[in-house]
Amino acid sequence: MKPATPILATYDLSIGYRTGKRKSVVMQDLNLELHGGRLTALLGQNGIGKSTMLRTIAGSQPPLAGIVSLDGHSIEEYSRRDLSLRMSLVFTDRTQAGGLTVRQLVSLGRYPHTGFFGRLGRRDEDVVEKAMEATAIGHKSTAFVAELSDGERQRAMIARALAQETPIIILDEPTAFLDVASRIEVVSLLHSLAREQGKAVLLSTHDISQALSLADQLWIVTRDRKVLQGCTEDLILSGAMQQMFPEKGTGSVAFDALLGDFESPLPTFQGYSLECENPILRHWITNALRRNGISTYGGDNGTIMATAANDYIVNKQGEKHRYTSVATLIDGLRNL
Amino acid sequence: MAISLFAAATVILSVANLLVGSVDIPASEVLGIIAGNGCDNAVWETIVSQSRLPMVATAALSGAALSVAGLLLQTLFNNPLAGPSILGVSTGSSLGVAVVMLALGGELGTLFGSSVGGYVSVLLGAFAGAALILASLMLFSSLVRGATMLLIVGIMISYLASSAISLLNFFSTQEGVHSYVIWGLGNFSGVTPDSLPLFATVILSAIAWSLLLVKPLNALLLGSRYAENLGVNLRRTRNSLLLVTGILTATVTAFCGPIGFIGLVVPHIARLLLNSSNHNVLMPCTILAGAAVTLLCQLISVLPTSVGIIPINAITPIVGVPIIIYIILNRKKIKYFN
Repeated sequence: MKPATPILATYDLSIGYRTGKRKSVVMQDLNLELHGGRLTALLGQNGIGKSTMLRTIAGSQPPLAGIVSLDGHSIEEYSRRDLSLRMSLVFTDRTQAGGLTVRQLVSLGRYPHTGFFGRLGRRDEDVVEKAMEATAIGHKSTAFVAELSDGERQRAMIARALAQETPIIILDEPTAFLDVASRIEVVSLLHSLAREQGKAVLLSTHDISQALSLADQLWIVTRDRKVLQGCTEDLILSGAMQQMFPEKGTGSVAFDALLGDFESPLPTFQGYSLECENPILRHWITNALRRNGISTYGGDNGTIMATAANDYIVNKQGEKHRYTSVATLIDGLRNL
Repeated sequence: MAISLFAAATVILSVANLLVGSVDIPASEVLGIIAGNGCDNAVWETIVSQSRLPMVATAALSGAALSVAGLLLQTLFNNPLAGPSILGVSTGSSLGVAVVMLALGGELGTLFGSSVGGYVSVLLGAFAGAALILASLMLFSSLVRGATMLLIVGIMISYLASSAISLLNFFSTQEGVHSYVIWGLGNFSGVTPDSLPLFATVILSAIAWSLLLVKPLNALLLGSRYAENLGVNLRRTRNSLLLVTGILTATVTAFCGPIGFIGLVVPHIARLLLNSSNHNVLMPCTILAGAAVTLLCQLISVLPTSVGIIPINAITPIVGVPIIIYIILNRKKIKYFN
């Protein structure tokens, strides 16, 4: 099968800053692709240059070398207005838009489509309505932006981006200041927008588990500023996630491929083998044991048998001990 | 709703200003003169058509001009407490006027007796001064983060311009200093019937230009990054906004003196009564509210008819300061602050 043509691609792109004649390169030789209908998550540690990359791709910052190609043309050939018809952006910037209603805010997304005074036609009104519907903010259309919760505000900003009717939406940490429920809402919303409206959605995020469960494609910025690109699961299985954070040193973290998130590596003092049929029970006992320095990947200290959430039997040197909760099991193992 | 309120207030206050003055003229006679029916009393006719009418027009135009300048600055700098006087733009204009007057060998007080050429050079001087301040504000706004810091920088620049004016005054004659002080108190009677057409043309064209900028102004409410993404040409828009602000502030300052508080306060009055920061409605409301508020200040200034006219800059803070303090105290509840 012929691979689909990307809507946006970078060729040997170098990003960074130019002060006078000095260049400071943030990342180089980037060859990346964005596809319609897919949610792409950009992952990487803080300060590694994710925002710089997004700014360069969005055309607000010139590349140091290489090109960003949009529909087969370098974005430097596009005028500001043409770009605004192809890419919409969402930042976490605080705005002065508190005195606008949600509908007025979303209507600003029609800016590149409307005439000199920004008057909305019937189709514009329609698009605004649909955008508010798609982001489930329609019931707040007459509320002022100042009256919204952080999650609602972010949804309104996404609705504004939708109203811009661009094939590409780029979001810089759209979930940064949101609580867990709103984070899940926002990322699921972006996922469904990619699926249902065929948009190419690119977001940077620190919310690894959300990104891994909903992103079709990952761009992982490694600790040595390379970008690994691919289908989410392919990258996880190839061990790419381990290259995101520094390898050693204090506060180092390791990717737990089973958990789908980063974990701090803990020292282990004892090893038991664990027998458990129930996968949920196994998961949480392992979690408790790991935290207490007990490895369950085989071990010569003995066996732990878990049959139910209130029944644990430890067999150590022929002696059997029975416990009725995880708390008593942990206490017991410490004293054995 | 709010817009018709401001329109009605402007009309009523204009008429009130025509009726009140140091000379008692019956209302019917005043209205007759305005309607073009003439009047038997030539002195009354002269007072109304040569003094009160130009003063009302000047006050209304100046108020609208300064208020628009304030609104443009507040949106441009994303700072609700910006305004032409607090950021030093008015002081910059004053400095420009002072420099031109000294260079022309005249005194500030003789400004209004001079020819059209004199007016134009004074206007250009005022504009150059305003442009200097606006350019340095723009430079500092890219260097300092935070709205409050920019305000402080504006106040500092304003002090610098004031000290330059003091130096110029030091080398001026005693009468020059006196007339400068009088001019600095603010006065809408400086625009004579001869110079009114020039004054009105400049102000009205700049206001018309600002009305053409409402679309990018709305986009700027989201901040410059969003505005750029929406297709706003940031450089061109900023330049237009600064140019319009400069022209409006400079023209009013050259003719009427540096008038405080109107530019800062009126956009807030308009926003609060309108309950919106959408420039499509906010801009026309600000224009009318500016005219109305300034006519109110003017009316107060001529009320103590027997004693003379109170300087306008003694009244604008009385109207403006309580509103600003109210806004600062309630900023958590005021929507456009959040």
